[in-house]
Amino acid sequence: MPSRLNPMDDSDRFIDEVARAIASHTPINVRGGDTKSFLARCTMDEAITLDTRSHNGIVHYEPNELVMTARAGTSMSELSNVLDAAGQMLPCEPPEFAGRATLGGVVASGLSGPRRPWSGSVRDFVLGCRLITGEAKHLRFGGEVMKNVAGYDMSRLTAGSFGCLGVITEVSIKVLPKPRARRSVVLELAASEAMAELLRWRRRALPMTGACYVDGRLHVRLEGGEGSVQSALDHIGGDALDMSFWAALRERKLPFFNDPRTLWRISLPNATPLMPLPGDVALDWGGAQRWVKTWTPSAEIRGIAAMAGGHATRYTPLDTSEQQHADTPFAPLPEPLMRLHRELKKRLDPHGVFNPGRLYADI
Amino acid sequence: MEWNESMTYEYNEAVDGPLMEHDRAKVVAQLLKHVPGLTILHEMEDLRPFECDGLSAYRTTPLLVALPDTVEQVEGLLRYAHAEGVPVVVRGAGTGLSGGALPLKKGILLVMARFNRILQIDSEGGTARVEPGVRNLAISQAAAKYNLYYAPDPSSQIACSIGGNVAENAGGVHCLKYGLTVHNILRLEILTIEGERVTLGSDALDAPGFDLLALFTGSEGMLGIVTEVTVKLLTKPQSTRVLMASFGDVERAAAAVSEIIGAGIIPGGLEMMDNLAIRAAEDFIHAGYPVDAAAILLCEVDGAESDVREDCERVEALLRAAGSTDVRLAHDEAERQRFWAGRKNAFPAVGRISPDYYCMDGTIPRRELPRVLVGIERLSAEYGLRVANVFHAGDGNLHPLILFDANAGETERAEALGGAILELCVKVGGSITGEHGVGREKINQMCAQFNSDELTLFHSLKAAFDPKGLLNPGKNIPTLHRCAEFGSMHVHHGALPFPELERF
Repeated sequence: MPSRLNPMDDSDRFIDEVARAIASHTPINVRGGDTKSFLARCTMDEAITLDTRSHNGIVHYEPNELVMTARAGTSMSELSNVLDAAGQMLPCEPPEFAGRATLGGVVASGLSGPRRPWSGSVRDFVLGCRLITGEAKHLRFGGEVMKNVAGYDMSRLTAGSFGCLGVITEVSIKVLPKPRARRSVVLELAASEAMAELLRWRRRALPMTGACYVDGRLHVRLEGGEGSVQSALDHIGGDALDMSFWAALRERKLPFFNDPRTLWRISLPNATPLMPLPGDVALDWGGAQRWVKTWTPSAEIRGIAAMAGGHATRYTPLDTSEQQHADTPFAPLPEPLMRLHRELKKRLDPHGVFNPGRLYADI
Repeated sequence: MEWNESMTYEYNEAVDGPLMEHDRAKVVAQLLKHVPGLTILHEMEDLRPFECDGLSAYRTTPLLVALPDTVEQVEGLLRYAHAEGVPVVVRGAGTGLSGGALPLKKGILLVMARFNRILQIDSEGGTARVEPGVRNLAISQAAAKYNLYYAPDPSSQIACSIGGNVAENAGGVHCLKYGLTVHNILRLEILTIEGERVTLGSDALDAPGFDLLALFTGSEGMLGIVTEVTVKLLTKPQSTRVLMASFGDVERAAAAVSEIIGAGIIPGGLEMMDNLAIRAAEDFIHAGYPVDAAAILLCEVDGAESDVREDCERVEALLRAAGSTDVRLAHDEAERQRFWAGRKNAFPAVGRISPDYYCMDGTIPRRELPRVLVGIERLSAEYGLRVANVFHAGDGNLHPLILFDANAGETERAEALGGAILELCVKVGGSITGEHGVGREKINQMCAQFNSDELTLFHSLKAAFDPKGLLNPGKNIPTLHRCAEFGSMHVHHGALPFPELERF
């Protein structure tokens, strides 16, 4: 596979593939750069792989419109380069996996980076999409406009659906200008002090866009106008921190992550107090996202997360496919919600061809 | 477009689908038996006030009105309705502008107004847990003592309820920077039509499974009933300033909007009004608007003190370079409020200069603003009705106000002009509704926005939640039958049904 394909529209072939899969009752494993296969309940041996990267290229981008429309298979390295050249960015900062991640995969997985609590999530930036449905129809939802409440919000529903509701072929996503000033600092202090400081800074509306406590140090990113960033720096103090920290955090390349134990992501309500977690912990999102390295069994980790009003996702795949089938990486859903998921899957993917079982057993 | 007699707004079983007939007295008696303590209105004079929502031209007397006080009562009512096949139309404060809460003759109108308590404000986490009948503005008022506020501010915010905001995915003047309702809520407690309680979203920043919170937001009471909402609260900006720029022509004003955003500035609000709207507002509010200007832009910048100062200077320079004849910075809070008062009262102001007006809600890509404005002007001349334009220019959301006189028989022409304006929005890649919703009002224009496969998918999606189609039937998504009958102006993906006709 060459690193960069020529822009092309391969959607007709995808539609045929889906139609054939429906006819032959064969599941399709929809994938882009295959960078997030670790987040899967099971891999399907008998499935056809639909690699979206042959359908790629930026369809429409006018920086003044604050929207980019690109085909699903477009690599994040290409998107980032184009946005960068225009002085803009995708504020939700999704992990790019060395640029191999695709726009379709970014939306399908809905993973957001360090800026998420302040900027919004991947879903928050989705304005529209094109989708090949469970009846092999190529449809369009949403569009390139900021406000659009015509019909159900199908395009935002695809965000985080892990390809289980259809093949995303094109996405229109809101982009924003890069902040005029950006600085990072690091402070040595205890975790409890860090949490208290973060709350104080939030109340003062300091222009924070990143806050991560790891290895006994609080890392803070400030972005905004020159004046506000400078005065926040004066207020916070600390030592200058290289901006590459945030990319390393986003890509989980910090030394903290280099550890053989199972990695868990625990998502918690804002301002959840520090709590004992069985393992090594890194606090991201100002404490609303906690990474835990541990050998503790799933049930215990999920129990701790649920008690605190959150949920846990396992980022390290289990060893055997039996284990993977038995224990999805994603938090189990309460039955009434699961029932709605089953109904939705049944209606939108009636032949059960799209990534069956990737999220949950019946989905 | 010819006015067709059968294009009335009333539920039409021939095209919207059959509804079961229910005897009012029997339903009342059974509901009282199944749902202890439920307040039910069923006398004609009691039902009158509930005949319409904010779209008062559309009126239908409901079978009955239910005013529950507890979630258990709503649950009981839904179980009954589901078992007996009685449609349920849910209503919040009734301020919606698209007839989303228009009752059905054969349906229960479920009014959530009594759920008006703010349950909890978490000042550290920056959230508020509220019942669906709480007014939008009441949340910000209650949060003010913590220096927090709830960002979405639809112009009806004094009266509209948060449950209705969720149903409509309500916006406001600060959407470009702060987003819509969907971006500002964390969690919903809902009841399904079967009366089952489900939590969508979570108190954390995300939740496992499909993003049903996003799907539910803006679903116009078609998928379930909201019984509790957890919203995000933001810290109030340190500083807020507003600039008013006058322009000699509308196109320059529109171009200036792109200049500001192109320069990397995201204003808290960026609003535009044309001459007719300016004069109406000035006459009503005395905001100090330049009545000779073809258009004004109001640009609000908020944030840290120094950033706001920097941005104001840059915006002022950009506005002048873009051809503004006069730029004024509100020099104090009183003047800022006055500048906004004119904009926020633009609708009633227009109401004073015309017997009736019809408010549209299209969105377009911002680059199309000059072209669409010219198009609206031409349509206005063609239909012989004046149009005052008020826009959320920053996010391309237009609110053309069509002036007409219902007593002079102009209603149908006004609706036809409105339809033509929305079709123009779709044609340039926009949407028939930015924030007011489809409801009953734009049910036919949905046939222009979506093709039959897309509509079919919407119906499948609805069926996942409400297979019997009892929640708000006839709203939001037209049946294919309706589109075949009335959706003749089908513009899709740039393909016009009548290519020989000249358009723009």
